[in-house]
Amino acid sequence: MRGTTGKLPDYIAELQLLVEKHAREAGLDFFDVIFEVVSLEEMNEIAAYGGFPSRYPHWRFGMEYNRLGKSSTYGLHRIYEMVINNDPCYAYLLEGNSLVEHKMVMAHVMAHCDFFKNNFFFKNTNRKMMNEMANHRSKISALMDKLGIETVEWFLDACLSIDNLIDVVRGPHSHREEKKEDLLTVSKIHDERKKSENGKSSKQYMEPFISTSTPEKQKKVEEEPQVQIPSGKLHSPTKDVMGFLLCYAPLKDWEQTVLEIVRDEAYYFAPQAQTKILNEGWATYWHSKLMTEKLLSASEVIDYADRASSITASVGLYLNPYKLGLELLRDIEFRWDRGRFGKEWEECTDSERRTTWDTGAGLGKKKLFEVRSVYNDIMFIDEFLTEEFCRENKLFSFGYNEKTERYEIESREFTKIKNTLLMNLTNLGNPVIEVIDANFENKGELLLRHLHEGIDLRIDWAKDTLANIFKIWKRPVCISTIISGTPTILRYDGKEHTQTVTHDAT
Amino acid sequence: MKITQDKARFREIIKGTIRKNLRKYISHGELIARSGKDIITIPIPQIDIPKFKFETRQQKGVGQGDGEPGEPLSGESEEGQEGRDKAGNLPGEHSLEEDLSIEELAQILGEELELPRIQHKGKERIVTVHEKLVGIRRSGPESLRHFKRTYREALKRQIASGTYNPLDPVIIPVKEDKRYKAFRREVIPETNAVLFYIMDVSGSMGDEQKEIVRIESFWIDTWLRSQYKGIVCRYIVHDAKAREVDRETFFKTKESGGTIISSSYKLAIEILDSDYPPQDWNIYFFQFSDGDNWSNEDNKLCVKLLEENILPKCNLFCYGQVESPYGSGQYLKELKENFSDNPAVALSNIPNKDAIVDSIKEFLGKGR
Repeated sequence: MRGTTGKLPDYIAELQLLVEKHAREAGLDFFDVIFEVVSLEEMNEIAAYGGFPSRYPHWRFGMEYNRLGKSSTYGLHRIYEMVINNDPCYAYLLEGNSLVEHKMVMAHVMAHCDFFKNNFFFKNTNRKMMNEMANHRSKISALMDKLGIETVEWFLDACLSIDNLIDVVRGPHSHREEKKEDLLTVSKIHDERKKSENGKSSKQYMEPFISTSTPEKQKKVEEEPQVQIPSGKLHSPTKDVMGFLLCYAPLKDWEQTVLEIVRDEAYYFAPQAQTKILNEGWATYWHSKLMTEKLLSASEVIDYADRASSITASVGLYLNPYKLGLELLRDIEFRWDRGRFGKEWEECTDSERRTTWDTGAGLGKKKLFEVRSVYNDIMFIDEFLTEEFCRENKLFSFGYNEKTERYEIESREFTKIKNTLLMNLTNLGNPVIEVIDANFENKGELLLRHLHEGIDLRIDWAKDTLANIFKIWKRPVCISTIISGTPTILRYDGKEHTQTVTHDAT
Repeated sequence: MKITQDKARFREIIKGTIRKNLRKYISHGELIARSGKDIITIPIPQIDIPKFKFETRQQKGVGQGDGEPGEPLSGESEEGQEGRDKAGNLPGEHSLEEDLSIEELAQILGEELELPRIQHKGKERIVTVHEKLVGIRRSGPESLRHFKRTYREALKRQIASGTYNPLDPVIIPVKEDKRYKAFRREVIPETNAVLFYIMDVSGSMGDEQKEIVRIESFWIDTWLRSQYKGIVCRYIVHDAKAREVDRETFFKTKESGGTIISSSYKLAIEILDSDYPPQDWNIYFFQFSDGDNWSNEDNKLCVKLLEENILPKCNLFCYGQVESPYGSGQYLKELKENFSDNPAVALSNIPNKDAIVDSIKEFLGKGR
């Protein structure tokens, strides 16, 4: 993978065979897994790259690497496992870890890999992402060589600014439907593209680097160098702001390439963010099960217990997703083994009967695999977080108290906790924003709408983001939102920011 | 490693950010407190990529553990920001701190303030070569043989091989046993710039004025250090009488009483004459005062001392006048009248912290 992949040391390779055997026997179904032993520095590098051995050049990876480097030096964190959703799966073992740690990590990784392969939300992810990422690197590097680092970085930063504006639910192909819109041909704004095609074309040398994943579109552009934008309000607003811009913003070819890369990667990573709790819970559940039932030798028990507990430890009042996922899964197994589900169980109010309820259903394992296949975090929490569970695990919801100027525990009420958790998970914890008008006020301005659900946007960030979208849309950009209860439109016209109170809620 | 490139780029961006905010950094004293021997840790303002995201304080989260509703999340949350990073399931905001070497900082300072490089006088970079014994090695000249270590090795070997006879303890070292003192050639740059810091510590100089002096001299130090291999600083404080102090004391002394500026000049001239022949030394004077001298006669005397004994010898004489509620500021006027066209004299008025940057530029912008 990094060109110099050494063979795994024999004893680790043997270990892998052993762990794989037990994992398959237990019912896990995974791609081939390729392990590599890496040093701490390499591990931090890979972690900075989001698990990949190679990404396109960008300063934020350097920033992340510095951060990881510092906190691992000070012993604040330790990366145990890292695994890429790819076929075959690539995973890393930290040099210097003990055998029992390697075993545990392997078992954990196999379960992740099983999850990647079988979970519904990963169905459409690119299983050759490792190669794709390398391609992205060479494309961006080539652009940087031609156009200069600053130029490409300037635009890349703008694209990254909206990499959370995707349609998580409908996936990467949702914006295509917008093509049904009445299109308005805008030629003025597209002079640039014309020029570049008439004169010394900026295209020729770029040809090899241009992504051709939308051949029909390219053809259209060649015949008709004008960009078309929907002539009015969109019939159906789209949350895939990146996809919309990719179709309708007056982009130069290289800009198109950059935006497409950022968007591809955003969609690739989205399922992992959508299933964090479940996926980590699943992996933790299995490493625990495999280790304790099959893989541990008596002399390793103490070491294992020490490592394993550090993974699910609750530090302070922090809600550990590994622990939450694990406990919920165990709870499911427990309940389905005893038949504690269904109408009869739900309606039973006799606490005596409930505590001893056991129909001997034995459906725990089956249910677990079902959950792994078709659930994401939101569904998982929505369906299986129970009042008993919240009470036993001492969950609470908290918020910032303006009066005391501190974060305080707000409630231990089940519905509040659950709603807060679901709210945090909705749209991957990002505000829901959609494009509603590409020709706002008939001036070709882009109008976004923030679907306000009780929490304002952070205004300074929102303004900076608008300025970044301007770099892509190249005309004024607006967002309608609500600030402290007042419907407001924030607008950036390339020079200054304005903030207007609106009366009609767009 | 591939990440090296990204790290380097990130570093450039950091430096750019620091450059942009340099004025702010300069006028805040906080950096000085963070400076170690060769590196300075600089808090960097947000350089993350902006995104649409929620107003943090309006967001709620879920946590786990004991506590009643209404209780704060953690002990630290009293300080506001801290608690947020540690509790619950919301993403924390990590503040960024970067280490920068003094040279890098000086470079940024120089570029941003457009400070010219200094024309050295005297012998360009006087250095001495010094040989220092640093340890033991296995080869070397016989003259540096370490007798004890060699003996010990030989003894060890003989005992191990069974040829040692306690009744006839003859130890014969062979080549492998021999140990030699190791030395390293060190090139020690000989100091060739001396900085005189003179501060008025009379009753009229308050803490704020001293803070200004402290900040300004830190940056002057930083810049000059990047220009010379070695630097010596001498600190003189004066009220009605002058005395030489160490750096620590210089910034902390709280004196009271009158102000006789000439006393400090006399002391400085004394030190100068005995220790620093001007043909070998680049000599700098940085004087800070609120400009409220005791008498007009003394002002006259000062001008005379400067003219005859200080200015001919030094590269640069800088006078920074901090404003205090009590000072008349007469001294600055006095110097202006006499030296305004002398290139070796830089004068500046520093009414507040924000003026520090311009004052530094005024002082060091001459490139002398």
